[in-house]
Amino acid sequence: MSFIGAFAIFFAAIFTNNILLTNYLGMCSFLSVSREVKTSLGLGAAVTFVMTFTSVINWAVYRYLLVPHDLVYLRYIVFIVIIAAFVQLVEMAIERLSDALYAALGIFLPLITVNCAILGVSLFMVIRAYGFWQSFAYGLGSGLGWLLAILAMAGIRQKMKTSRVPSGLEGAGITLIIAGIMAMAFTGFSGMIDIT
Amino acid sequence: MKGTAKKIFREGLFTNNPVFVQILGICSTLAVTNKLKNTAVMVAGLIFVTAFSSFTISLLRKAIPSRVRMMTQVLIIASYVIMVDIILKAYLPDISKQLGPYVGLIITNCIIMGRAEAFAMSNKPGPSFLDGIASGLGYAYVLLVIAFFRELLGSGKIWEITVLGGWWVNWSMMVMASGAFFMLALFIWVMKGVVLKERSAT
Repeated sequence: MSFIGAFAIFFAAIFTNNILLTNYLGMCSFLSVSREVKTSLGLGAAVTFVMTFTSVINWAVYRYLLVPHDLVYLRYIVFIVIIAAFVQLVEMAIERLSDALYAALGIFLPLITVNCAILGVSLFMVIRAYGFWQSFAYGLGSGLGWLLAILAMAGIRQKMKTSRVPSGLEGAGITLIIAGIMAMAFTGFSGMIDIT
Repeated sequence: MKGTAKKIFREGLFTNNPVFVQILGICSTLAVTNKLKNTAVMVAGLIFVTAFSSFTISLLRKAIPSRVRMMTQVLIIASYVIMVDIILKAYLPDISKQLGPYVGLIITNCIIMGRAEAFAMSNKPGPSFLDGIASGLGYAYVLLVIAFFRELLGSGKIWEITVLGGWWVNWSMMVMASGAFFMLALFIWVMKGVVLKERSAT
């Protein structure tokens, strides 16, 4: 049962409940980094990786440490510290292990600590009382959904360089309008799977 | 002192507004603005956190080693957010439930980190406190304006009181995700037109 539930959550996190387009999380880096496809892909991959692991780690810490000791109110501090520590660890590890990977992902990792989507996934997981596989699926699915959204946006923005945009809308304005249209397109998926 | 205070407020509210000039804190701007009441609670919480965390960080600015300053700032901010969360849960449980994770996400709201980094680390506690309030207010009125229009157009209500009668067909797109994006884009467009013109005139 819980495995099928996890499967549904995985797809829901990508399409019907896209973390960026329906929960508006991770907007800051979405707006500033989505200028080129290549960098978007790098950031998206880094976000997916960190999100998957931190949601599982945070799940374990919440379930086995915070709840039994009645320290649930400390969850914000604990989650953000775990995320920051994990990001730092990954950065050090890939710096040692692979130059190519570090060149591709390294510069994006510090940005991730303050990406609200990562913390958001952990908080949603707690509020919706997910189990282990569900948390894993939700983290992975949200990461991929975020990657999908930022890639699509970067593709559109690259094409848009040649078009004329009203001066007041340049930059953030037009990006938000495109995101709005994308969100409308994604509402087409809604109703297929419902998770709340 | 009076001159600086005036300058701080002018910058926070208009010329260096966190939302439509610096484009920070967009996540919560979009997420909580479908109802005016929720928005009001959210911005009150945010102003509290920005003001007091700026004050605290500024008090400790000489004691914080620069290598771990980000982490220290985050921890200070998180402590204030926990206070807000507990207070909301105790006194406004319904709204706390509706805001869901977005109260906790005040921690990663870039406005607070941005002000801590750009102002509180290099200024005295007094001005830092004012700067926190000014940035918070700059964020607050943008959200309140957007929430006003989204609630009015999306459900025909203001502050959960129906104002548009039966003839009004709810524009349900406004309370959904895409409406938030369009409203914010429009707001940025209008404000940039006004603010940028003012700036080039002076």
